[in-house]
Amino acid sequence: MPSPPLVELKNVSLAYGEGSERMLALGDATMSIDDGEFVAVVGPSGCGKSTLMKLVTGLLPPTGGEVSVRGQPVTGPIKGVGMAFQNATLMPWRTTRDNIMLPLEVVEPHKRRLRANRAEYIARAEALLASVGLGGFGDKFPWQLSGGMQQRSNVCRALIHEPQILMLDEPFGALDAFTREELWGIMQALWLERRFTAVLVTHDLREAVYLADTVYVMSRRPGRIVKVRTVDLPRPRTLETTFEPAFVDIVHELRERIQQEHAE
Amino acid sequence: MSALQRRAIRLAMPWLTLLALLVLWEVACIVFHIPEIVAPRPTRVFEVVIQRWDLLLRFCLETLWTTLIGFFLAIGFGLLLGLAIGASPFIYSGLYPLLIAFNAIPKVAIVPILMIWVGIGALPAIITAFVISFFPIVVNVATGLATIEPEMRDLMRSLGASNREILVKVGIPRAMPYLFASLKVAATLAFVGSVLSETVGGNRGIGFLMLSASARNDSATTFAGLFAIAVMGVGVYAACALIERRMTRWAFRGELVR
Repeated sequence: MPSPPLVELKNVSLAYGEGSERMLALGDATMSIDDGEFVAVVGPSGCGKSTLMKLVTGLLPPTGGEVSVRGQPVTGPIKGVGMAFQNATLMPWRTTRDNIMLPLEVVEPHKRRLRANRAEYIARAEALLASVGLGGFGDKFPWQLSGGMQQRSNVCRALIHEPQILMLDEPFGALDAFTREELWGIMQALWLERRFTAVLVTHDLREAVYLADTVYVMSRRPGRIVKVRTVDLPRPRTLETTFEPAFVDIVHELRERIQQEHAE
Repeated sequence: MSALQRRAIRLAMPWLTLLALLVLWEVACIVFHIPEIVAPRPTRVFEVVIQRWDLLLRFCLETLWTTLIGFFLAIGFGLLLGLAIGASPFIYSGLYPLLIAFNAIPKVAIVPILMIWVGIGALPAIITAFVISFFPIVVNVATGLATIEPEMRDLMRSLGASNREILVKVGIPRAMPYLFASLKVAATLAFVGSVLSETVGGNRGIGFLMLSASARNDSATTFAGLFAIAVMGVGVYAACALIERRMTRWAFRGELVR
């Protein structure tokens, strides 16, 4: 018997505003995300991808349908989440290490343990930094790092408290192509090692297919899920994989579905 | 021109400009035969400064103290109120219009009222300095808080942070550069406030000295008072700027990584 999904969305919709200004951002989304699954959500810009993410994490209550995590309906921000956005939002007054350790100051049980076990946590932060190729950069301030390095720190901050669910909102969107592809590899390595559940929102189809087990395609606003595609390519995937026919076929298939959205 | 020369000239520029202005003033006074009572020559003003050094210093210190006390009160209350306004939309909509209305009142108008309430002396000057320098601090701190990136707020909320934690870990550090920027404005305004109060009615401070000197047609001493206020203003401004550099080094990153 299959285990129940970690996150479940049933006919979820969300509308902003009221009365005549009411605007449907997301309509009738149904998704189910398994524990340890890597999910990508792709779609045309402005289709409510980021809204979907806020719904899953409980930052926004849905105006229709139900979101549940571990079988429990979501009523407020859920626990055990890490988030990384397109904008790295690192705090310029903190060193990179202190930035990464921010969740430890807020999330229990780390918050309680931080003061007494500071050395242990610093070691953990340094190890995480080293695993994304930022070893020795902990003392630098974010503005002394390149865009790619900032985004790696951003991912570290989202993972330091070992969340069960990682939410990635176009985290590599603002980077150049080479840095982006490099970070795909780093992201995959982190995921293979830790096996958290990940939801990646992106408009880069190759990125989605490279990283995800399942790709959800959304329609134009109001966003609906119009296609679910399982990616069963073997892991670890490499940049070579992205040139193989199987990979290209999937990208092509997704591309066609999105093209259809634009044609309408 | 070498980089060193360029730097030296840049450092000397304010002094050279000041010197040029004073020379121009001096020459104009002589050429146009301007009587001393209208505008004393700068050399005459300096003469008075040297002659009445101890007197000027005593009155200056009185003004400096009242200004600084008013200024520090403004920092304390301004910071608290700015945080409250920036953090809570209810307090914002409740207090902000009132603050703007209050700030629009010419402070000259409230000094006589203050004197009825608290009498003459240092107190009305302190209160006027406080009242006049309070507003820019509140507005700036509130702006710093209100402009927290929504992503940062979402991130903190998704970690389960309380509003208080968001305020302490994100809001307050982020508001610091705004606070220091406002302090530079508020510091000079505080002098305007205290001298205003001393001039309208008082028995102490550089404003009172200037008032009584001009009543005796002693414009050289009046101008010496003006110069003294300007010097004190620049001094407090420079202190604020220095502390700003120390406290919010990260906000000046553009210059540091150059």
